[in-house]
Amino acid sequence: MSSITIDTRASRKVRELLKFLLENGKIDAALTMRRIPENNSYDLALITDASNINEAVPLIPVMTVNAGQVLSSISTSGKKIAVVLKPCELRAFVELVKRERGSFENLLTISHTCGGVFPLDLVEKGQIEELIPKYEKTISKGEIPVNTRDTCRACEHFIPMNADITVSVAGECESEKGCMMYLNTEKAEEFAEGFAGERSEQKFDPSVLQKTLNARLAEKEKLFASMTASGPGLDQLVDTFGKCVGCHGSNSVCPICYCLLCDFESANFDYNLPYFEEHLSRRGALRLPPDTIFFHLGRLTHMSFSCVGCGMCSDVCPVGIPVAAVFKKTGEKTAALFDYVPGRDAEESIPVMVYKEEEFSDIG
Amino acid sequence: MKKEFTPRITSFLCKWCSYTGADLAGTARLQYPTSIIPIQVMCSSRVDPVFLIKAFLNGSDGVLIGGCHPGDCHYETGNYHARRRFAIVRSVFESLGLESERLKLSWISASEGPKFARVANEYTEEIMKLGENPTRKSIFL
Repeated sequence: MSSITIDTRASRKVRELLKFLLENGKIDAALTMRRIPENNSYDLALITDASNINEAVPLIPVMTVNAGQVLSSISTSGKKIAVVLKPCELRAFVELVKRERGSFENLLTISHTCGGVFPLDLVEKGQIEELIPKYEKTISKGEIPVNTRDTCRACEHFIPMNADITVSVAGECESEKGCMMYLNTEKAEEFAEGFAGERSEQKFDPSVLQKTLNARLAEKEKLFASMTASGPGLDQLVDTFGKCVGCHGSNSVCPICYCLLCDFESANFDYNLPYFEEHLSRRGALRLPPDTIFFHLGRLTHMSFSCVGCGMCSDVCPVGIPVAAVFKKTGEKTAALFDYVPGRDAEESIPVMVYKEEEFSDIG
Repeated sequence: MKKEFTPRITSFLCKWCSYTGADLAGTARLQYPTSIIPIQVMCSSRVDPVFLIKAFLNGSDGVLIGGCHPGDCHYETGNYHARRRFAIVRSVFESLGLESERLKLSWISASEGPKFARVANEYTEEIMKLGENPTRKSIFL
């Protein structure tokens, strides 16, 4: 597999690639981040007309919605789509494919080494443009940009795992050879045929990002340690989730939570008078809305082993609960039970769908 | 006189093995404590992790799942899946510092009446040592 040398403005080159693919009829649509010209903000957009591609900002460190989740509903349309995904979005989509909620068949996946994304409130305030030059400088040095999502700063999976095309952004762009676009698969070679750029046989070398990896792992230790500051147990749980208003926003933006009818949205959670009477007779008082901690614990057991740590849940939480950090920390443990890495391989089954006859001999 | 603490252990028992085992313990007149509150399920894999959490947060002092021995599941593989789910719940409890000792999974076949009585006795004793589940009176949960 080959690679294409691109200049340090990698975003422009990816945009050119999307334009090339659209203009030559190689794809029907492109899914990419877009700058909204009217209001200095960003969104994720499906673009079919090549003339609209100028608005695309494929590598912008902003995630308005996890693109893996969006892709789930459009990947089976039969249309050929090129998608620009952050590594965690790609992993989230792999998790959905395992759950038969999407397909790679008609997709060309383009991903990049990721420096993390800015929280949405910074996007709302229109501060992204001024932050970006410093952000780019920081990641090119292999350091962690400030102001990004906490789970991004603590993310060790910033190299795309299964992308057809990998664009190197973090770590090596500053060097003289410029940024590179690596064509990892036959599919990528086929699509990029005829696309201008100096070719070579170079392969992606993850070792150049060792410094970034070390920095991220150290940051992860710090994040996890900070979460149990007030001691473990029920009190800590109430401390963490005490502010929860029960909006279920974390559930609706979660790319892994795919159930069409979530148990927590179902009639099982319609509270009636007997429910209140039963609880009040025992406890003497009841916190409203009820079952907010139950909701988070339930989600932790249902999907934490597939959590990709994208941070959407923390970002949309109206009361600032660090949902993503809790899920990342807990999820790493549940995934480790099965030696599982979410999004590693679409052929791998999710842990609750398979079993081994000999395992967990301490249970039972 | 102080009233002695009687634990309440919500028990999800599989219809084919553990529930029948409990029946056998009864017909054989084996003694086991009243702390066990049996709920019949068709298979141990029917027990969604949220059942355990709901029972725990609602003040059950212990939660027990009883299923067929590995390899003996009436539906062939249900108990293997139950075991994986149980491992997940236990891991989540441990990560959050909740008392995972209040959760237990036990393999009890239909012919193991004595084992059912033993598990019921031993688990009740363990829970007695742990004391009342603090969630029972907690207003917040």
